[in-house]
Amino acid sequence: MNDVPGDMFYTESHEWVKMDDEIATIGISDHAQGQLGDVVFVELPEVGDAFTAGDPCAVVESVKAASDIYAPISGEVVEVNELLENAPETINDDAYGEGWLFRIKADDPSEVDGLMSAESYVEVNSED
Amino acid sequence: MTRKTPLYQAHIDAAARMVDFGGWDLPINYGSQIDEHHTVRNAAGMFDVSHMTVVEIKGQDARAFLSKLLANDIAKLQQPGKALYSCMLNSEGGIIDDLITYFISENHFRMVVNAATHDKDMAWLEKQAGGYEVVVSERRDLAMLAVQGPDARQKTANILSAEDAESAMALNIFQAAQIGDLFIARTGYTGEDGFEIMLPADAAIELWNKLLKEQVKPCGLGARDTLRLEAGMNLYGQDMDETTSPYVSALAWTVALKDEREFIGRSALITQKAAGLKQKLVGLVLEGRGVIRPHQSLINAAGDIVGETTSGSFSPTLKKAIAMARLDRDIVDNCLVDIRGRKLPVRLVKMPFARKGSVCDGILD
Repeated sequence: MNDVPGDMFYTESHEWVKMDDEIATIGISDHAQGQLGDVVFVELPEVGDAFTAGDPCAVVESVKAASDIYAPISGEVVEVNELLENAPETINDDAYGEGWLFRIKADDPSEVDGLMSAESYVEVNSED
Repeated sequence: MTRKTPLYQAHIDAAARMVDFGGWDLPINYGSQIDEHHTVRNAAGMFDVSHMTVVEIKGQDARAFLSKLLANDIAKLQQPGKALYSCMLNSEGGIIDDLITYFISENHFRMVVNAATHDKDMAWLEKQAGGYEVVVSERRDLAMLAVQGPDARQKTANILSAEDAESAMALNIFQAAQIGDLFIARTGYTGEDGFEIMLPADAAIELWNKLLKEQVKPCGLGARDTLRLEAGMNLYGQDMDETTSPYVSALAWTVALKDEREFIGRSALITQKAAGLKQKLVGLVLEGRGVIRPHQSLINAAGDIVGETTSGSFSPTLKKAIAMARLDRDIVDNCLVDIRGRKLPVRLVKMPFARKGSVCDGILD
């Protein structure tokens, strides 16, 4: 839990969100990828799909288990990380960077204010 | 409160991710279970299997007792050191556990049973031993290390004296010997060559460290599971249990019915066979992308549910999802697997999927 980027927002279900104006890039935390183990398959949403915060919108499967990914905020998918189709292990290698999952155009960018800061996220998960 | 093996600290030192496995604190991986898997297929890895139960069967009736207890025929063990894989059945022919028995001497056989089934196995052994001149005793003073992979035997030999190395290298498959402090068996659960080594608990860490210096890589339960699945080896409690007989668990080859030997479960098996077997355990390969998991339904062309997966995972060697499934016996065509609502085509294959470093014939198109 040492390297949680400070410029992102986090959910209790271990997604991270990075805002660039109204575009939110979404991935899973390094803590989450560590818990999952080797990622072997990612099922991503389609560009144009619309989600409400809390909707299941993707699946990350490791050798061990399948894990649902929930939309941290509401909006429409504008881009998905095509790299993950052939290199799902990128999530293990670089969870906060190249291993991003998809981008959403936020209905209301201020929705991220309801998410956790890096500090809170570290605090919540240090109790494990 | 979980139990710790003598190698617990070694796992922590190797940055293992620990999990509770049937009440034991054991490593699931040391970073990447896929890397560990490939290491065993291509070089050498080691697994702490000290949680497994080692049981000594001693006394003048040891052989007679095992002849009654096991579905496979203990009479096949004639040369000291030889090992036999068998199921231990209840009177309905259901599998109480699967195990390996080593023939040490006429008055002494050694059995290794699963950890998760420890309590019921010990109770069953004690119960069935009544009436026989045998003493059943558990060896909690031993640790057990599985060294597996194409380089495993040589790397193990490298840390032994010249004389001991020669004895170890001379072991045939499914043969064991007491070599100094080590009981070395050429057995395993990965589909690769290698040894399973039992030794005094307080000597385990030294053996572990010597093997580490030989570049034998620590491997966790995660890799152990994908290796055994690729090798077409059943996992007790998942692919078989007390409600399934060896006949519907792809273990007919372990049942020795000839010579009218009266073993527990025999009459039930004969009745089942006469009535016609309804199911079979088969291998599946997923054609598309995704991962098969246990307890997913199999569906035929007409849309009927014809079976269920028992084990399923991503196969690092095939780079596809594979599974074992219990299906209606008459299903021979490919079918669909229901993965969280998505119905994807699977191909029925003859197991094993992979062993000895590569994919088996007929598994990939």
